[in-house]
Amino acid sequence: MSTVKTGLGPTPSAVDGERILTPPPPKRRRRSLQSGGFTPYALLVPSLIVLAAITGWPLVQLVIMSFQRFGREQVFGAPPEFIGFGNYLDVLTDDEFWQVLARSLIFAAVCVVVTMVLGVFVALLMHRLGAVLRTLVSIGLLLAWAMPPLSATIVWGWIFDTQYGVLNNVLTQWFGLDFEGHSWLIDPLSFFFVATIIIVWGAVPFVVFTVYAGLTQVPDEVLEAAQLDGAGGTKRFFLVVVPYIRSILLIVTILQVIWDLRVFTQIYALQSIGGLAEQTNTLGVYIYRVSLGSGDFGAGGAISVIVVLLLVAISIFYVRRSIKEEDL
Amino acid sequence: MTATLTTAARSDAAAADHVIPRHRRSSTRKRAGSIAAGLAAIVVFAVSVFPVYWMVNTSFQPNSQVRGTQLHFWPDNGTLENYETIIFDYGRAPFIPALLNSLQITLITVVVALVFAFLAALAVSRFRFRSRAGFIITILIVQMIPAEAMIIATFRLIDGWNLLNSIIGLSAVYIATVLPFTIWTLRGFVNGVPAELEEAAMIDGLSRSQAFWRITFPLLAPGLVATGVFAFIQAWNEFVFALVLNPRPEAMTLPVWLRTFLDPNGGTNWAHLMAGSTLVAIPVVIFFLIVQSRMTSGLVAGAVKG
Repeated sequence: MSTVKTGLGPTPSAVDGERILTPPPPKRRRRSLQSGGFTPYALLVPSLIVLAAITGWPLVQLVIMSFQRFGREQVFGAPPEFIGFGNYLDVLTDDEFWQVLARSLIFAAVCVVVTMVLGVFVALLMHRLGAVLRTLVSIGLLLAWAMPPLSATIVWGWIFDTQYGVLNNVLTQWFGLDFEGHSWLIDPLSFFFVATIIIVWGAVPFVVFTVYAGLTQVPDEVLEAAQLDGAGGTKRFFLVVVPYIRSILLIVTILQVIWDLRVFTQIYALQSIGGLAEQTNTLGVYIYRVSLGSGDFGAGGAISVIVVLLLVAISIFYVRRSIKEEDL
Repeated sequence: MTATLTTAARSDAAAADHVIPRHRRSSTRKRAGSIAAGLAAIVVFAVSVFPVYWMVNTSFQPNSQVRGTQLHFWPDNGTLENYETIIFDYGRAPFIPALLNSLQITLITVVVALVFAFLAALAVSRFRFRSRAGFIITILIVQMIPAEAMIIATFRLIDGWNLLNSIIGLSAVYIATVLPFTIWTLRGFVNGVPAELEEAAMIDGLSRSQAFWRITFPLLAPGLVATGVFAFIQAWNEFVFALVLNPRPEAMTLPVWLRTFLDPNGGTNWAHLMAGSTLVAIPVVIFFLIVQSRMTSGLVAGAVKG
């Protein structure tokens, strides 16, 4: 089978049964795709059925529901009544919605900025370290990354616990500060401080590993040249390294924005540990509380549609970038 | 142009190394720099590991000790009592059924999603067809729709099928949830195996399906494993749908079971809760460590280098 290995270059045209396989155009690395007739559609059928039935259909229902008065009676079979943009008007004129939206946006922005700065910093650090310390840091980051979000939130909740948490204990006993019985979750600002720590702790490893992989692509010669030209560390980073890893930074930032805007588990679990739900809801938790808590499915549907549109708008950037690479 | 610049700079660098003696000041500065880097590395390690260590540490201590003012950084008086209690003592929700539910749902999700996604990935990366671009764009956008936005509609759908509190219902939802990501990742792996390999085997006399199963499939196996593990982790950790669709104690999955230990009024038994968190985390951590190197490339596949 030595032909297999040598055949990896530009393949010669060959006759296979009736079909003539044309070689890929020389010098262009574009893959030669077959037209395949009906086959690709047959291969797609199972996935399409699942996506249409379990994602597509409910999405349509969601949009319809957002134009209806849909409360608990409708869940038990009463026919829903169409009210046009009524739900949207209610939602958009509700102060609480705007508060939740602003809170989510600010929270996501803070999380993304802190995550990216720390992530890039640690990636640069790892690039500098020797093999032993680098392995140590990798192991630590991997453990943090692997923790399920719910377990992580609960553990942090335990660390920040009012009565027996290690943080209050250490601050009181070792540093002589008055943190005995201090509640970290009751004040909304402090609640989001804890939530930011949890989310950043879980998100930094992904950023570090991705950016670190990008850093290894930056040629050493270029950095040396910049150094000899008198560029200091900061200058070298912004003028030489950043251009090399720009696309990685961009895509990671977009993914972080999307993930942090739709955060649910951490906020919901933290509210269950202690904390005032009304003052700490983010978009995801708010949808949950409006629809399943208060039973107003119409309004919940309207908020859901707004959130979906918001996220899709943000992700179009990511999609366009992915498609460009995909050569469609 | 850049090439000549760099080579020029490089020879300059070589020359500079020979001519200019190293400055003492810059070398002490360098040493201070590496000490600072080492310290920073240790801080990063400590902050990353501390919660995990603290979880395991607490899980082996009796609750009376956990609730003391004395800090125990090592589980002296270590005990397995917490694990025994949460596994065998049925409190608000039993552990064994939750574990079995999680295992079944995760297994069904992984197997079905892998098979479906594999077929779709083949279609997308090996064939040219009319709505190919449309399909890929749809996959990428669907991936971004948050589960929280879909909970009400999905709840009504599954309720309509009479599948609330069932294995099948939640599995079906998870399959749909992980499918876009799985297709996208597998597509990257299929792209990585050149179609020319298959063609060469066919020239050597294998049929198309033989060529696929003997040549392409073995090369794809690592990709399938990595993608499968990722689907496993997503299904195992999933919380929102499980909370809404399977709320009954006998139908709960592990994350929802874990939440039953939380008491917002301060009565939480932290020792039990940490034992529970450890149990939920162990499989994920193990699987994660197996495939971590592939996951970074999978998550940004296509985005970074295609």
